[in-house]
Amino acid sequence: MNPKRSANKKYWKPKSKRWLAAAILSPAAAVAASALVPNVQAVNTLYYRTALVAFLAALLVLWTMRRFRNRLYHYSQFIAAAGLALTVLDLLTTKSNILKLPFFPGPTQIVEVLYTERAMLFVCTVYSLRLFFAGLACGVILGVATGVMTGWNRQWNYWLFPVLKIIGVIPPVAWIPLALVVFPTSFYAGIFLLALASWFSIAFMVAGGIASTPKAYFEVSRTLGASERFLLFHVAIPNAVPSIFTGIATSAGMCFMTLVITEMIGAKAGLGWYINWAKAWASYDKVYASILIMGAAFCIILGVINLFRNYFLRWQK
Amino acid sequence: MIEVRNISRIYYDTSGLPTEALLAVSLAIRQGEFLSLIGPSGCGKTTLLRLIAGLDLPQSGELLIENRAIEKPSHERGYVFQQAALFPWKTVEENIAVGLKARHTYKEKKSLVPEYIRLVGLTGFAKSYPHELSGGMMQRVAIARALINEPKALLLDEPLGALDAFTRIELQNTIRRIWSETGTTIVLVTHDVDEAIYLSDRIAIMTARPGRISEIIDVEINSRRDRNHDDFINLRRRALEKLHLAGEVYANVRGAGEAI
Repeated sequence: MNPKRSANKKYWKPKSKRWLAAAILSPAAAVAASALVPNVQAVNTLYYRTALVAFLAALLVLWTMRRFRNRLYHYSQFIAAAGLALTVLDLLTTKSNILKLPFFPGPTQIVEVLYTERAMLFVCTVYSLRLFFAGLACGVILGVATGVMTGWNRQWNYWLFPVLKIIGVIPPVAWIPLALVVFPTSFYAGIFLLALASWFSIAFMVAGGIASTPKAYFEVSRTLGASERFLLFHVAIPNAVPSIFTGIATSAGMCFMTLVITEMIGAKAGLGWYINWAKAWASYDKVYASILIMGAAFCIILGVINLFRNYFLRWQK
Repeated sequence: MIEVRNISRIYYDTSGLPTEALLAVSLAIRQGEFLSLIGPSGCGKTTLLRLIAGLDLPQSGELLIENRAIEKPSHERGYVFQQAALFPWKTVEENIAVGLKARHTYKEKKSLVPEYIRLVGLTGFAKSYPHELSGGMMQRVAIARALINEPKALLLDEPLGALDAFTRIELQNTIRRIWSETGTTIVLVTHDVDEAIYLSDRIAIMTARPGRISEIIDVEINSRRDRNHDDFINLRRRALEKLHLAGEVYANVRGAGEAI
């Protein structure tokens, strides 16, 4: 293999001046298109242009900071593509009306909505995140508890394993009709559904992690004077911690999906609710704004889970 | 101190056929001695060590330590596996402290941890995780982890079997030093004749199918000082004869072993 290529494993093309130039030129092209081509649709271009210029300025500031430089190179292909996509979308919508309103608002309008509706979007994001983390936390607690019991104790395993297996394959949203009747508010119903969405995959992973503890760990602990309790809490459960995080990471996606569907069907707040509400008013710009925020929020959620994972699994290679 | 009386241990395979891992084995291990169990694979040397540890139970016979029956594992008998079996989520010092934590004596005896780190020669590695250590260092941690409980006997199950030749000699010296510093009774399972002679007071030679002790060789203190001394070489020849490995065959086996 070319040694130049294998030199940097973490960053892709960390020295490519060409891609960096593209990453600066393509958002600049988006600004130029927005400023120079006359609008066909009636829009306020201030926010879109400001956002693009601010983004370009941020790129240049990051470029001056040495520790971000490799990362900037790494993402420059993405940035270039995004700038190009924005330019093309802008030309197809606001500038020509080829893609028609209200279903296909241009980036100009979506950015405008992100700014003018910021208070509402912020509240909805907070609601969604609150429900997400409350539900996931319940799922993790229940999942770890049942997983440990299933993996450790044969009597519990006898009962829990088949139950987990059957309930685990049912899509959590199938319980929505029941949840909305049983729980006093849509918030608690949401927690129930999200907990269901994460519970089973976490429980399975934890049970597997407990059961796969090497026999030698138990034997060596016994010769060191360990009690059964010690074997569980200091040997088997720590051994299952990587599985707990695999369970959380795999169920986070399912949880997020359940969150949005639950909010779209039953809730009075949150990003899912906001999409439904905006759709009723045919404000598709708000729908897309909400979708964009969801994407960003989920990326951040995964990042946070990863931070915790790296902290708790710092003993791994 | 440890008495093995007329022990038999039979394993059954999936089709129900018996294998006599140990048949009517008797052995008395003295207080403070270094005894090696040596023999071909399948001779039951590890089985015997596991029985002494209490990790396995015999079908018949008696196992006693200071005249009390051995029925289950205890911190009195520290055990070191061929694969160190360190807890990967614990640092070196945490691994060594497991015995104290398990017996709820950590608070009073915390100060022992650095002492045992020093004893096995790992000063400076207290905060390292097992994946950062070499195989030899892992075995040092495993030995310290067993020793911190101040066991009556230390049982070593081929602890150097997975190490390269240089590390192995280093660790043999460390084990010999630890033995003289702590005075613990040590039982070592090994398939390396030189290692057994170099370290032991006595060598119990075992044979396979059925597993028995065929002979016990006393090693004079002077003959084990120097691997090239005539006494050492004579002892090696004697042990190899007992193992039916004398002469050319053994030379070949050794050559092959060292090439690896």
